[in-house]
Amino acid sequence: MAVYRRSYTSYSGSLTPAWSRFLVLFRYSRKSLFRSKLQTALFVLSFFFPLLCLISIYLAHNLSFLERLTGSNRLLSIDNQFFFYFIYVQGVLAFVLTAFSGPGLISPDIANGALPLYFCRPFSRAEYVLGKASVLAILLSQITWIPGLILFAVQGSLAGAAWTWEHLWIAGSIVLSSLIWIAILSLLAMALSAWVKWRVVAGALLLAVMFFGAGFAQAINAVMRIQSGHFFSVVYLMTTVWSSLFRLDNQLSISPGEAWTALLLYCAICLALLVRKVRAYEVVR
Amino acid sequence: MSTAIHSGAAGVSDRQASAAPQTPVIELQGLSVRFGNREILKNLVCSLRGRAIGLLGPNGAGKSTLINTLLGFYQPSSGSARVLGHDIRTGTRSIRSLVGYMPENDALISKMSAVSFVQMMAELSGLPPSAALERAHEALFCVGLAEARYRELGTYSLGMKQLAKLAQAIAHGPKLLILDEPTNGLDPSARQRMIRMIRDIRDSKQLQIVLCSHLLRDVEDTCEEVLILKQGNIAHYSNLEEERKANKRFLELETYGANGDFTEAIEKLGCECAVTANRLKMILADGIEIRDIYRLAAERDVRIRRLNFRRDTLEDIFLKAMEN
Repeated sequence: MAVYRRSYTSYSGSLTPAWSRFLVLFRYSRKSLFRSKLQTALFVLSFFFPLLCLISIYLAHNLSFLERLTGSNRLLSIDNQFFFYFIYVQGVLAFVLTAFSGPGLISPDIANGALPLYFCRPFSRAEYVLGKASVLAILLSQITWIPGLILFAVQGSLAGAAWTWEHLWIAGSIVLSSLIWIAILSLLAMALSAWVKWRVVAGALLLAVMFFGAGFAQAINAVMRIQSGHFFSVVYLMTTVWSSLFRLDNQLSISPGEAWTALLLYCAICLALLVRKVRAYEVVR
Repeated sequence: MSTAIHSGAAGVSDRQASAAPQTPVIELQGLSVRFGNREILKNLVCSLRGRAIGLLGPNGAGKSTLINTLLGFYQPSSGSARVLGHDIRTGTRSIRSLVGYMPENDALISKMSAVSFVQMMAELSGLPPSAALERAHEALFCVGLAEARYRELGTYSLGMKQLAKLAQAIAHGPKLLILDEPTNGLDPSARQRMIRMIRDIRDSKQLQIVLCSHLLRDVEDTCEEVLILKQGNIAHYSNLEEERKANKRFLELETYGANGDFTEAIEKLGCECAVTANRLKMILADGIEIRDIYRLAAERDVRIRRLNFRRDTLEDIFLKAMEN
């Protein structure tokens, strides 16, 4: 139909499948996210460390060739500890990226009162949350487990099939540790974005949850002479889970099972906060 | 007068029922909505089939709550309702795919351009991206925002924002358009433009309209049927279209020199008559025009001093409903 028609006409064309509608939100949110130059710069910066790791892996294998020539010890070891540090550094970068991009996901819709326009369509609240979460999930995946798996594949190809089979569990650890971190960050950022109208304040709150949470945990431990304060530190809980996934003995004071439970509880709280706030109209009782 | 209106409306509603679509636009089946201890809608029962339906009522009557319940935003505490044949408890998604909704409050994302916003909303309704873009342009042309469609919505005036909200409501080609206070905050010329737009959309006969307003003129100018709500109850139902037709047939004459002969002559034309003092009330039969009455009066040398159509405005209807 041509645009010069100025009277109302009905639509009788094809429709997209219902399951794919959340991707509409993903596309538009992602487009608005990358309008920010700072956001784009941060995203690009996030690939520097994986590049460094790639070079390290290459050098490690070439150094081993040199070692054979020179007879000296190996200088670089590519093992579970190496991938743990990779995930740790990328996890920090993922957090910084989330602090910039996460708060702007839902708060503009709530501040502008646009939620009724989303939900008056064949589009549920779950699809809305999924659409918004997928922006962060895909963004953070691009800097965590996807480069992690690429590094693992490169290491596997250089070290040989025997090493790959023996250390295949590391690939699973890379994916699982990234996914739990992505889930925590996405849900936390969206919950704060839903409850705070101003994105700057929401970003500051996200930083506060991480840093003040860790500080609060230390304070409780010091004052009460206990170790349970660590449950208030998401970073500590995450480190515990990562250490267990990468089979490292980091002498942490809470068990991986407890850390998993606490993290899942945090996820559930964030989801409950989202369910409470993401609705067309508030019911004033 | 009041009785006549009611009986007229009842009579014509039967006639209308045969001409109207089979599936009612809105069917309320003992619908009640409760927020905590407050009962906002109380056991509403009604069936609306008109092409343009007005929801009238003072502030706090429950108009917006009714609309939000029909859209599935609020759950009924008891009873149910059907929109275009779909139950609001089980068929929310089907209802939403058939409906275009223009909310009362500001609901536009200020950082987006109008065309992007309307395209996104059309895509969320299920249109493929290319069709959504085309429809977004068309809808913005249709509401008169063609020149401003690439501007950010945050830079729009209030009138333009209302039009943009209307554009997003029609972009996906709904079967039912729900407008919640569409002329809120508009100056008289912008209001006129909005009303004209709604009438144009109504006259396209491709969708049905539910207009929710507390402004009688808006409803009178655009709607065929009116449901008046008061404190969560149905205060009155009125079929304006049929009443307008009925009013045109209902005459009141003040005469001089009339006798039984004149009344008899009118009755012979098939008109119903009632005489009080020197006044003659009549309902014109089909095919009989006012000029026929003048002709009869001239033939019998009867002078007609005054001739009135009996016409209740929506304001009269509304005030009566509020008094009751």
